[in-house]
Amino acid sequence: MKLTGAQILLKTLAEEKVDTIFGYPGGAVIDIYDELEKTDIRHVLVRHEQGAVHAADGYARVSGRVGVCLVTSGPGATNTVTGIASAYMDSIPLVVITGQVPTHLIGNDAFQEVDIVGITRPCTKHNYLVTRTEDLAHVIKEAFHIARSGRPGPVLVDIPKDVANTTIEYKPPGPVNLRSYRPNYSPNMKQLQKVVKLIRKARRPLLFVGGGAILSKASPEVTELAHKIQAPVTATLMGLGAFPGTDPLWLGMIGMHGTYRANMAVDACDLMISVGVRFDDRVTGRIDTFAPRAKIVHIDIDPTSIRKNVQVAIPIVGDCRLTLNSLNQLVDEIDLGDLSSARKDWLSQIDTWKKTTPLAYKQTDVIKPQFVVEKLFELTGGDAIITTEVGQNQMWAAQFYHFNRPNRFVTSGGLGTMGFGLPAAIGAQIACPDDVVVDIAGDGSIQMNIQEMATAVQQKAPIKVVILNNSYLGMVRQWQELFYDKRYASTCMDCTPDFVKLAEAYGALGLRATKPDEVEAVLRKGLEAPTAVIMDFVVAKEECVYPMVPAGAPITEMLLV
Amino acid sequence: MEEQKHIFSMLVDNVPGVLSRIVGLFSGRGFNIDSLCVAETTDPAVSRITIVSKADAPIVEQIEKQLNKLVNVRKIRDLTGPSSVKREMALICVQAKAKHRAEILRIVDIFRCKVVDVGLEHYTIEVTGDEGKLKALLKLLKPMGIKKIARTGPIALFREPN
Ligand SMILES: Cc1ncc(C[n+]2csc(CCOP(=O)(O)OP(=O)(O)O)c2C)c(N)n1
Ligand SMILES: [Mg+2]
Repeated sequence: MKLTGAQILLKTLAEEKVDTIFGYPGGAVIDIYDELEKTDIRHVLVRHEQGAVHAADGYARVSGRVGVCLVTSGPGATNTVTGIASAYMDSIPLVVITGQVPTHLIGNDAFQEVDIVGITRPCTKHNYLVTRTEDLAHVIKEAFHIARSGRPGPVLVDIPKDVANTTIEYKPPGPVNLRSYRPNYSPNMKQLQKVVKLIRKARRPLLFVGGGAILSKASPEVTELAHKIQAPVTATLMGLGAFPGTDPLWLGMIGMHGTYRANMAVDACDLMISVGVRFDDRVTGRIDTFAPRAKIVHIDIDPTSIRKNVQVAIPIVGDCRLTLNSLNQLVDEIDLGDLSSARKDWLSQIDTWKKTTPLAYKQTDVIKPQFVVEKLFELTGGDAIITTEVGQNQMWAAQFYHFNRPNRFVTSGGLGTMGFGLPAAIGAQIACPDDVVVDIAGDGSIQMNIQEMATAVQQKAPIKVVILNNSYLGMVRQWQELFYDKRYASTCMDCTPDFVKLAEAYGALGLRATKPDEVEAVLRKGLEAPTAVIMDFVVAKEECVYPMVPAGAPITEMLLV
Repeated sequence: MEEQKHIFSMLVDNVPGVLSRIVGLFSGRGFNIDSLCVAETTDPAVSRITIVSKADAPIVEQIEKQLNKLVNVRKIRDLTGPSSVKREMALICVQAKAKHRAEILRIVDIFRCKVVDVGLEHYTIEVTGDEGKLKALLKLLKPMGIKKIARTGPIALFREPN
């Protein structure tokens, strides 16, 4: 069978069961687009290539599948870099296909030539420049395999124009066999036995879960383990939803804006079972004071995560779900005996922290951003898919929306990319057309990819954008308020568009609330609308996110409301 | 923690960009490279890279794990210590005034090196050996005046059991 490179690419994508591609055309990929048009694959035309990558990322996070992007060479490729770096930091499986100038022009500073493989080397899990049409099919298969296996991540494939339009005799690629890449999934059972011993002796055990628990679909196993050993559970920003947010054992998020009880529990616990986390500085605070009384068990698929930042008593390299599954079988017959009273004290200590120092804010006659998120939680029954931008909006979303299921909270955790939430919401909505998808946004971040409103309207994706509009780059302003004597250097945005009119200009619905008693009505109206909506909530300008652990301080040193 | 010289020896896919991935990993994560050698093995699909890096124990562990994580790295081994043989080659261009010529040749003889280029005012010496030998040789040649030097940095192989 004679096929062009473009035809081979689309055939291979179909074999990988790709149903949606997020992208933007240009000269170097025009042949691929010409073929794409003839297939059943849905193409989502974004308005900026960064939006394509975040949308594919949102699609991947809620569906558990590989997100796919297609962009042209040069500026098309460079525009994807922030999206790729965001996905890389959060270990999201993507395949990003970039066009490239024809092979004979590579290295000549040709029109729209850029060394995107060189540029993205440090922010992809792996990347390829395909130089022969014969290699295309197996490279694409390898790319998908690498993106979704082990610790997932983005993979970029750069395809020169002549590779796409050369015709060759097509040979189906064999199975992927990479000698140098064999992730280890099954845990060492001896190590697990040691964990069981520690669990048996622990007076104050704590479960600490991160994005890895969600990526490996370990949520049921996490929940089972917590219930079996009656250990309270905390999570990183990326781990929210891995354990039910309304369960009595749930402590809330850990870290810089974690709950008082979660951070205190980390300090007091004598056993920390950490699952799919990497002990990021926003989580640990001052590292030498982190969990000082605890023996730490660390389960992760990526050996480089283990002992990178903290010393651990028991390292276990393996898939989180498989590992917890084995652990759950081993802990069945634990007899607590004399320890049961210590365990009771532990849980009641946590209860005391929860009662004395809950997440809180002071209600006034202006709208409090936390109140908007609380109301949203109430009105959606906690069942919406929530994406976020970055800043205070993101932290309030994490604190006041409680996730009972995994893959419902979509946020740029590792890179903290403003402009992530709107395109990610579009991708999530396309993956889950029947769900309510809400982007909890800030007035600053939303302007970083606002052009994607046109994509949402064109795709009939009825996403809901909730802007917590404080007229500030609020999170930076908060740092200036607390640590820079209120010198608000360049954080006040005196000129902000009228978001209601802006929504209307894009053909979406625009709504606004300026007083607390309007919040519910606006949310109801927005949630019921069949179209894309922007809801502009004019909130208290100088509200801060609390608790807050100043950067570099121990996580027990929290500034409180 | 104390920094120590480590020799990492790895087998990698012989594909474009692989060296750049490895070097980029070192620079991006703030690890040092003291020396680096690359060449094909008997299998043209596989190259061996030898990197010498100074680091403390936790960093050494990270370097090894991070290198292993690269898709193109097949195998890596820390060849520090006596269980491996290590050799380095150097070309040393030394000033050779008439009064020093005999002395230089004597040193060359004692160290079992070779003179590979001669001029009115210089000798270029080829030497192979371990770190100690090169160090000793350089110490003796230094008073004559070393004009130029090119060193490969060490390569190493694990000693096979007898
Ligand atoms: C692309 C990018 N640029 C800059 C920053 C630094 N930054 C972090 S939070 C923030 C303020 C965000 O403002 P806004 O979207 O209004 O959110 P708020 O904190 O007010 O809720 C800034 C500038 C960032 N995270 N991402
Ligand atoms: Mg703001």
